[in-house]
Amino acid sequence: MKPLEDYLVVDFSQFLSGPSASLRLADMGARVIKIERSGVGDICRSLYTSNVIMNGESSVFHAINRNKESFEVDLKNPEDCKMVRELLAKADVMMHNFRPGVMERLGFDYASVQELNKDIIYASLSGYGVEGKGKGKPGQDLLLQSVTGLTWLSGNADSGPVAMGLSIVDMLAGSHLAQGILACLFRKAISGEGGRVEVSMIESAYDFQFETITTFMNDGGALPERTAKNNANAYLGAPYGIYKTANGFVSLAMGSVPVLAVLLECEALQAFTDPAEAFTKRDEIKTILAEHLLSRDTACWLGVLEPADIWCADVLNWQQLMEHDGFKALAMIQEVEMKDGYQYQTTRCPIRIDGELLTSAKGSPKLGQDNEEIINQFVNLKTGIHESQ
Amino acid sequence: MRKPLEGIVVLEFCQFLAGPSAGLKLADLGARVIKIERPGKGDACRQLAIKNLFIEEDSLLFHTINRNKESYAADLKNPEDLKLIQQLIAKADIMTHNFRPGVMEKIGLDYPAVQTLNPKIIYATVTGYGNEGPWVNKPGQDLLIQSVSGMSYLTGSKEDGPVPFGLSVTDIMCGNHLTQGIIAALIKRAKTNKSVLVEVSLLESALDVQFEVLTTYLNDGGQLPERSAVKGSAHAYLSAPYSTYETSEGYIALAMGDLKTIAELIGCDISPAYTNPADSFENRDELLLLLGQKFRENTSQHWLGLLESKDIWCAPVLDYKAATDLDVFKNMEIRQQLDLGNGSSLYTTRIPMQIDGQKLFARKAAPKIGADNDRINLEFELK
Repeated sequence: MKPLEDYLVVDFSQFLSGPSASLRLADMGARVIKIERSGVGDICRSLYTSNVIMNGESSVFHAINRNKESFEVDLKNPEDCKMVRELLAKADVMMHNFRPGVMERLGFDYASVQELNKDIIYASLSGYGVEGKGKGKPGQDLLLQSVTGLTWLSGNADSGPVAMGLSIVDMLAGSHLAQGILACLFRKAISGEGGRVEVSMIESAYDFQFETITTFMNDGGALPERTAKNNANAYLGAPYGIYKTANGFVSLAMGSVPVLAVLLECEALQAFTDPAEAFTKRDEIKTILAEHLLSRDTACWLGVLEPADIWCADVLNWQQLMEHDGFKALAMIQEVEMKDGYQYQTTRCPIRIDGELLTSAKGSPKLGQDNEEIINQFVNLKTGIHESQ
Repeated sequence: MRKPLEGIVVLEFCQFLAGPSAGLKLADLGARVIKIERPGKGDACRQLAIKNLFIEEDSLLFHTINRNKESYAADLKNPEDLKLIQQLIAKADIMTHNFRPGVMEKIGLDYPAVQTLNPKIIYATVTGYGNEGPWVNKPGQDLLIQSVSGMSYLTGSKEDGPVPFGLSVTDIMCGNHLTQGIIAALIKRAKTNKSVLVEVSLLESALDVQFEVLTTYLNDGGQLPERSAVKGSAHAYLSAPYSTYETSEGYIALAMGDLKTIAELIGCDISPAYTNPADSFENRDELLLLLGQKFRENTSQHWLGLLESKDIWCAPVLDYKAATDLDVFKNMEIRQQLDLGNGSSLYTTRIPMQIDGQKLFARKAAPKIGADNDRINLEFELK
C-alpha cells in the first residue's frame, strides 16, 4: 500500500515548483488532477529545453507531470468553474502557484474554497510571499538565485556570479510545499482538521543557504570568498575541490594535507604541517595539488587514495554514470507510457517505503484527456454544487 | 494553531547534515526531536566548523542545523546505555540514522530488532549510495556524490571543466526527501497502525534533483549537456538571454524573455546572430556575447529600470549583504533569534514555510551533549 492512497489532490500550478510537489504526492499514491487552461494548458508543455520535443510536448513537461491526470477547463466560464468547485468539494488537497491576487479574482482563494470544503488542505506557492511590495515580482529560478546571494558560492574567485545550473530554487520550494502538505495531511488524519500551507521561492532560497547565511550573520558580515582555483565550497579549506588529472578529473573532499602529501608523493605539500593552513593557505595548497595531480591518471590516484580511506571520487558524466554498476544497482530509471501509447524513460521517486520503490508506469497526460472520466465521477450536472454533497 | 507534528517523538541517531536537517524540519513542524549522541564527542558536526566559528565548545554550523532539539547522551556499545535506548525507542514514533550499512545490525538496532521493541516505529535511514551494488561502502559525502552523479557538468561555462554546486546540495535535497518520506510514513501508519521503513540516499537525491535534464538526456538520443562557452551563462539547456551579465557597476540576471523585444529595448543590434526564435538556442554564445557587450555600457540600475518597465524577467545579482538587507528579508521575517542562555543570542533563519497563516518560529538553541538525559530518564521512566 502506498502512503497516500485514496487522497485526491487538485493542482492548479504550472511550470516546475508546484508541479514537482504534486509529482511527489502522486508517486506516494495520491491521485493528482491537473487543472489546465483550455486550449493552452500548463505553459510548461511548450517550454522546451535545448529544443527537445517528445510526442508534441517539452521533455521537461513529461518529466514533471507523469502519473497525473489533466482536466481542461476555462476558469472564466461559470459552468466550468462549477465543475471545478464540485471537484474541490471532494478533494483533500488543492494547490496553486498563481501570483498573489489571481485566485481571489477567480474565486478560488482559501476562504472561498473552505466554503466548499471546510477541511481541505490549501497549499500555495509564490515567488516573494504575499506581503510587501515584492509580492508581484516574477518567481523565476535564476532571478531568485541572483537576489539571494546564491551566485557567489559556485565557481572560482574570478568567475563573477555563477548560477547553479539547475532550477534548484523551484525544486526546493516544491520540496518544501510537499512537506507542508504532508504535515497537514498527517494532522488531518489524526484530528480531521484541514489547514493552509504557504511557501515562497525566496524563503526556500534563503533556507537552502541556512548554513552560510547564519555564518554571515554571526561573522561580522564577511562575504563568502571562493578560492582562486578548484573551488567547491567558499567556506572550506584545501583540498576540497575537483582537480584535473592526466586523463580526466578527481574530486577530493576533506582530508589532511600532510597525509595527502605522503600518499600522493608530493613533496611541496609536506611544508603545510599546521592544520590551520588548510584554510589560511588554501589557494597555495590547491595550486600545488592541481599541478601535481596532472601527472597521473584518475584511476592511479584513486588506487592510492581509496585504500587509505581518503574521501575521493572519480568525476563522471551521465554516460559514464549510467554504465556503472553502482548506478544500475539503484534501478533509478523507469519507463512510463502515455494514454496514446507513447513511451519514455525518466527517473523515479528517490524515496523507498517499506523496501519498495515508488514507481508508476503512468506517463504524462495530454491536455484534457481525463475530462470525461472526471466529470462522470465527480460532477453532478443536474444538481450542481450545493445539492451534490 | 496546533503544529502539524505535535506529540510526535523523533530519535535522531544521524550526524552531519542530511539526516539532522530533516530532524530540524520535523522539530519546526512541531515534533520533539531528541538527538542520541555519543558521550564526550556527540555528533561529529559539533567539531566541524566553517571559518573556525564556535559558540563555546560547539561549532556555529552545529548550532545552525541542530537548534530546536534535545540531546540524550548514550554509548550504544555499553549494554546499560543500550538498555535505556531500547526503552526510549519503545516509546518513540520515529528514529533516523545514517550509519553505514551493517553498523546498526552489529549494535542490535537494525529495523527487525527495533520492530520487536516497537511494532509501530517509523525507521528511517540515510545512506550514500543505497544498500546494494559496488558503491555501498564508499563515503557518502556531498562533493563526491555531486562528482559521480554527473551534476558537475551543469554549472559554469564549457571551459571550466566540472564545476560543483558550492553548497552541500545533495545533503540538503536528501534531507528534504527524508522529511517527506517520514511524514508520508506517519500518514501510512495512521491507517495501518504498523511500523514503516523509509530509505533515502544521497545519490538517489542527486539524481532526482536532475530529473528534468536527465529525462531530456534519456530521450534525446543521449546527448550530454553542453554548457555555453560564455562566462555568466546560467543553464546548459536554456537559450539566450538566460544568463548573468556584467554591467558598468555590478551584475544583473536575465531569465527567459523574447530576444527581439529585449534587444530593441536596450538598443543592442543582434541581427548578426538572430533572425528567428530558434537562433536563441542555436546561436546562444554569440547572442550572450552581444548582449554582454551592451550591458557593460551602463549601470545595473539603468538596465533594470528599462527592462522592468516592459516586464522583462530580470533581477540584480546581490551579495549576502544586499540580500539580507532586502525589504522582503525583513517583511517575511526570514531571520530569527535563538536564545543561548546567559542573555546571549544568535541569529539564524527560520523554517521556509507558513502553516495556517503563521510563520513557525522556535527560540530554542542547540543542546549540549546529554543536556536532557535526566529529564528524559524521568519522563520516559527509563531505568
